[in-house]
Amino acid sequence: MAAPNSAADFPSAALPLLRNVQLRDNVRHATDVIQRKRSRVVGEMPDWEMLRDSAQRIREHTMEYLADYLEQFEQNCTAAGGQVHWARNAEEANRIVIKLAQNATASVIKIKSMTTEEIGLNRALEAAGIQPVETDLAELIVQQSHDRPSHIVVPALHINRHQVRDLFARTMNLTQLTDRAEDLTEAARAYLRQKFLQTPVAISGANFLVAETGGVCIVESEGNGRMCLTLPRTLIAIAGIDKVVPRFRDLEVMLQILPRSATGERMNPYNSIWTGVHPGDGPQEFHIVLLDNRRTEILRDADARETLHCIRCGACQNACPVYLQTGGHAYNSVYAGPIGAILTPQLALMREGQSLPYASSLCGACYEVCPVKINIPEVLIHLRGRIVQQQPQLQRTFGLEAIAMRFAQWLFLSEARLRLAQWIGRMAQKLFIGNSGWIEKLPGMLGGWTRTRDLRPMPPQSFRAWFEKRSESSTVRNQGKYE
Amino acid sequence: MNDAIARTEILARIRSANAKPKTMSAVDDWKALPRQYRQQSTRDLASCISLLEDRLRDYGAGVHRSARGQVSAGIAAILRQRNSRQVLVPAEIDRRWLPQQFAFVTDTDLSHGELDACDGVLTGCSVAIAMTGTLGLCHADGLAPEQRAGRRALTLVPDYHLCVVESSSVVETVPQAFEALEPYKGQPVTFISGPSATADIEMTRIQGVHGPRVLDVLIVD
Repeated sequence: MAAPNSAADFPSAALPLLRNVQLRDNVRHATDVIQRKRSRVVGEMPDWEMLRDSAQRIREHTMEYLADYLEQFEQNCTAAGGQVHWARNAEEANRIVIKLAQNATASVIKIKSMTTEEIGLNRALEAAGIQPVETDLAELIVQQSHDRPSHIVVPALHINRHQVRDLFARTMNLTQLTDRAEDLTEAARAYLRQKFLQTPVAISGANFLVAETGGVCIVESEGNGRMCLTLPRTLIAIAGIDKVVPRFRDLEVMLQILPRSATGERMNPYNSIWTGVHPGDGPQEFHIVLLDNRRTEILRDADARETLHCIRCGACQNACPVYLQTGGHAYNSVYAGPIGAILTPQLALMREGQSLPYASSLCGACYEVCPVKINIPEVLIHLRGRIVQQQPQLQRTFGLEAIAMRFAQWLFLSEARLRLAQWIGRMAQKLFIGNSGWIEKLPGMLGGWTRTRDLRPMPPQSFRAWFEKRSESSTVRNQGKYE
Repeated sequence: MNDAIARTEILARIRSANAKPKTMSAVDDWKALPRQYRQQSTRDLASCISLLEDRLRDYGAGVHRSARGQVSAGIAAILRQRNSRQVLVPAEIDRRWLPQQFAFVTDTDLSHGELDACDGVLTGCSVAIAMTGTLGLCHADGLAPEQRAGRRALTLVPDYHLCVVESSSVVETVPQAFEALEPYKGQPVTFISGPSATADIEMTRIQGVHGPRVLDVLIVD
């Protein structure tokens, strides 16, 4: 589920994280590496913008005809031997999965899936006595350290290899383990190998559903996905209703933009596409749960429905200057970064995560890298508007914010008043400028700004004053020159 | 049934959110979607193949070339070099490929344990994408023997994969590969680009995780 009501808002949650130097180092290193790789492989595509245009239109078109495509998917998947289930919310989805798994197995192997994080499937499975085993390396790290994912694509990017070594040494009982990434990966392989070969039920998400064929596509790197999709007797996939694409050949667009945006690879190591049940090849029982969980609410909002176009590549997170500073946990939500800032509050019907649309400088870096061209800054502003409308105290004539805004308007309307205010500001700020030459702490409401950042003092001279002085002396020169 | 109620309600909610009347049918609107991106190749076959080689090497795959008629000798040389003894093959494989001095294990619905006991697998390839260094593996009935890759577990469980790619299966772009696979779109397709890999720990790329840790490609001219 999204962040509960009691969860700290973004600025409060960010504060301790900003003081965690190790975490910030880890986040910065990881995002730097992906950004560099991404810009190299995107740069070598002369038709990148055309791919983005197509991808955007495919997603938009799919949402317009979503009901038809879902019905088509259901029909084709069923004809191919798959069983399609529908879930209005997290509870229904979890109940369906548990019912399917309960009599077949005591443990399930899992492919990394943001959707199962969203519905809290692991907790629900454990409560029903079924042990979920995460098989993606990063998810395994997150699960074993009882942590939360902090990034859509690289969930454990906030944990470094020394921390992984200590964790695996403890949980896998490997006292001799080194902290080389190779050895840590080998340890995970050995730990999971027999589980892959023997566990009868696997649970996956889905990257794309193909309406035309009833097929499902999963994109991954390690082969843990293929193990889960191929070896167990039963496969259960959970997919948001937004994951559908109209036809098989639409994947030729998605599979070009997704890997380059997500991990900066020309193509990720493995993409699997399958359709229902294939006799003699792979699981002989296949279920797919189509999950709403308030996606239809998002579809209702004409100014925000493009949120559903997201293909979960995480490029916006890597590009975001705010995410870069805080990492994912400050968002207190399954989906972090810019996409989380618009998706999470909407998935919570705007009742939770209201601070998230403000966790942005609206710089637009997310929009620029988004492979399906979601205009995240515009959606952020739209959602801020909805939040203000929700809070009547912000709109009252005598509310503090309303009064402040009217005062600012009065001030800016007159040059003399602005000049006076600037003079007062320059005098008053002398009390607050620290030894660093920056304002580090402001009193009262103004302290909201300096709580997490320093403020540059106003310069001794305003632009207007400088310009007046300059024009007095230069007018004479210019006259001589041009006349 | 709960499922049926949920289905009806979700579809109704979507239709009400999309209530604005449409000017075009889904099919016509789909056909009108812009597709200005590159679909066709601009290279000749030789330059496609050398691009494929380059991209495969970039992923850490081994790349070998062989003349038509020399495939079996090429395979023998690679397997000897890799010291592979128990090599799995799909039942439909082109038998002329198999060098005599090796024992091949033909897949006859082997168990996971039996697959795990093999140290390698030899398959064909349905389509290869030069631009991304990707091998498309499919096992549909309509494919020629040299284009078949066996059921999915075959190229997954053994730690070593030797994939033979006929030059006629090489295309330059991703859209060309989807065009080639269009007749088999209901069948399982696996795209592989290099050996399995992870970058989950400090973004250090490690080759070889759960899927085959070593991938060799033999391109047949």
